[in-house]
Amino acid sequence: MTDPETLLAGFALAVRSAGVPVTADRTHSFIDAAARVGLGDAEGVYWAGRATLLGDHDHVVAYDRVFRAWFGGESPTRRAPAARAAAPPGGLGEDAAGGTVQVQDAVTVRAAASAVDVLRHRDIAALTPVERAMLGELFARLRPRAPLRRARRLRPATRGRLDPRRTLREELRQGGEPAGLRYRRRARRPRRVVLLLDVSGSMSSYADELLRLAHVWVRRLPGTEVFTVGTRLTRVTRALRALDAEQALRGAGEQVPDWSGGTRLGEVLQAFLDRWGQRGTARGAVIVVCSDGWERGDPALLGEQMARLRRLAHRVIWLNPHRGKPGYAPVQAGIIASWPSIDQLVAGHSLAAFADLEEVVANA
Amino acid sequence: MSHASAMVDDAAGSAPVSPQALADALAATGYLADDGLATVAWLAVTMRRPLFLEGEPGTGKTALAEALAQAGDAELIRLQCYEGIDAAQALYDWDFPRQILHLRAVEATRGDRQALDTDEVEGSLYSERFLLARPILQALRTPRAVLLVDEIDRADDEFEAFLLEVLSTGSVTIPELGTVTPASPPLIVLTSNRTREVHDALKRRCLYHWVEHPSLAREVEIIRRRLPRAPTLLAQQVARAVHGMREAGSPSAVMPAALLKPPGVAESLDWVRCLLELGSRELDVETAARTLGAVCKYREDTDRVRDALDRLLAA
Repeated sequence: MTDPETLLAGFALAVRSAGVPVTADRTHSFIDAAARVGLGDAEGVYWAGRATLLGDHDHVVAYDRVFRAWFGGESPTRRAPAARAAAPPGGLGEDAAGGTVQVQDAVTVRAAASAVDVLRHRDIAALTPVERAMLGELFARLRPRAPLRRARRLRPATRGRLDPRRTLREELRQGGEPAGLRYRRRARRPRRVVLLLDVSGSMSSYADELLRLAHVWVRRLPGTEVFTVGTRLTRVTRALRALDAEQALRGAGEQVPDWSGGTRLGEVLQAFLDRWGQRGTARGAVIVVCSDGWERGDPALLGEQMARLRRLAHRVIWLNPHRGKPGYAPVQAGIIASWPSIDQLVAGHSLAAFADLEEVVANA
Repeated sequence: MSHASAMVDDAAGSAPVSPQALADALAATGYLADDGLATVAWLAVTMRRPLFLEGEPGTGKTALAEALAQAGDAELIRLQCYEGIDAAQALYDWDFPRQILHLRAVEATRGDRQALDTDEVEGSLYSERFLLARPILQALRTPRAVLLVDEIDRADDEFEAFLLEVLSTGSVTIPELGTVTPASPPLIVLTSNRTREVHDALKRRCLYHWVEHPSLAREVEIIRRRLPRAPTLLAQQVARAVHGMREAGSPSAVMPAALLKPPGVAESLDWVRCLLELGSRELDVETAARTLGAVCKYREDTDRVRDALDRLLAA
């Protein structure tokens, strides 16, 4: 019989192998907590582990799986906890035929339900080393600037409103003699930028470059959020935070399950707004939707969700790779439905166009 | 091993001996916790670790802190976070106007005989007298306290760094005075609606729990506890209708499209209160339609729910 500490530490290690970032201090807390609830109490140990080892609700599915495998039996939650709670409010659907929104584990929100949901992982290694180096160099020259907003906080300034505290402090420094007046004014803070990248089949030749662009933005402007949309919503921000572009792209490529699949922008956008946007990610942000506007789903739903996005966001910018080509007309169903909610339509087919986008976003 | 945990060394009073005891104590205040929440809250109390609660708005995260304070006979000190909050509003601040007055008074009374001893004057300026205790320092100074750091996700990420010291060591360092370490550290409860991801460094110092909407039976029970005036039938009807709204959009639900903002328990309670004010003993389509404003806070949601009301109530 193994001693309880080894058993528990082994469990923590197994949870870590399942992809949950479990640190040594978390393991330590877990052993302490499990001892307090008592090892005989399976449910207590389960909750002790959830509270100490996890820091994110998205990890509950993996945790439950490991718990079952390690201790046997069912995890004590009566209903599958992750499936319920990680769902966009009220929008849980099981069947694949009904066109409903369903939440998968981790950050992948399934909005699929297309008859054929192409599940393919992206192979970025296909690029030759020369091409890779060249692209990397070109993208490294991009210098996105954050759009600014007025902050609530006041900062010292040479003019503006009177700053009584600093004036008094100055007086204090002078031993109580009246000193010069000090002023303060509203500071400026960066606005959040959210990139929604269409990775469907029709966009496949641009998706790679868009991810590179997203990587530069995430690195240069902390706080930028990136999601891929297609038939599913996937948050790739974490993967793109990697310093090395190739590593970041590989990480993101591994996460995105619907590479070169269909386009159900309306549903995926709804999933984004329910799960992230409405809670704050889209509020007051500058949203850049990168898509060609070929929508396989219901354009009316897309129009409705775009209107919702417009109400939450500060600016909605639509980047269309075809926009910069001669003879382009916005006739795609998706573009027409979203037209009233778009502040600006920009091109996105070349590096020069990406540089233009920087200007548009910085001035948003 | 399990009963070794019953040893309780809480200087401030007797901590509950088991998760069930805590659940009972909470229930006595009108807060019904499920097993998971009770276990995690009990661990937070006995391990003296901060409790980090995440979940949809309206699932009772703030109410839990209030109930914990009431059950433990402690004072609830609340710090509402907002964008731009800083240490001066959360931890402590110096009372500048009074320091100025003090300086003037020292000057006026010293006479012309001796020169001002700068060190002494400075020392007297940065003393307890001029320290303004903001919620966190206040909680450390209160013998029995529950410190609620509400909606931490609204604060900027830099603000999280201010909390790290108090979360891990239960103390606050004031450069001019030294470190304030309380005899009995407060129970710290942090809540988040998950509008942004809170940094791992902060989460690591806490016990984490995701709070879910209650089950139907529990919600009926919550309504009955909170509003004893409400007839059982009314409580059941409201809980069922609200559950129907939360499930909207799933294939088996009576409402085809999901709501923008599904109602929480707070909305259920509000709705029952409205109905009681109107003198309703049960929920019919007409009164439900008139009082929808208590549950739905978006025009689109109101329209959708109104269209499906008869089905929601019949279900």
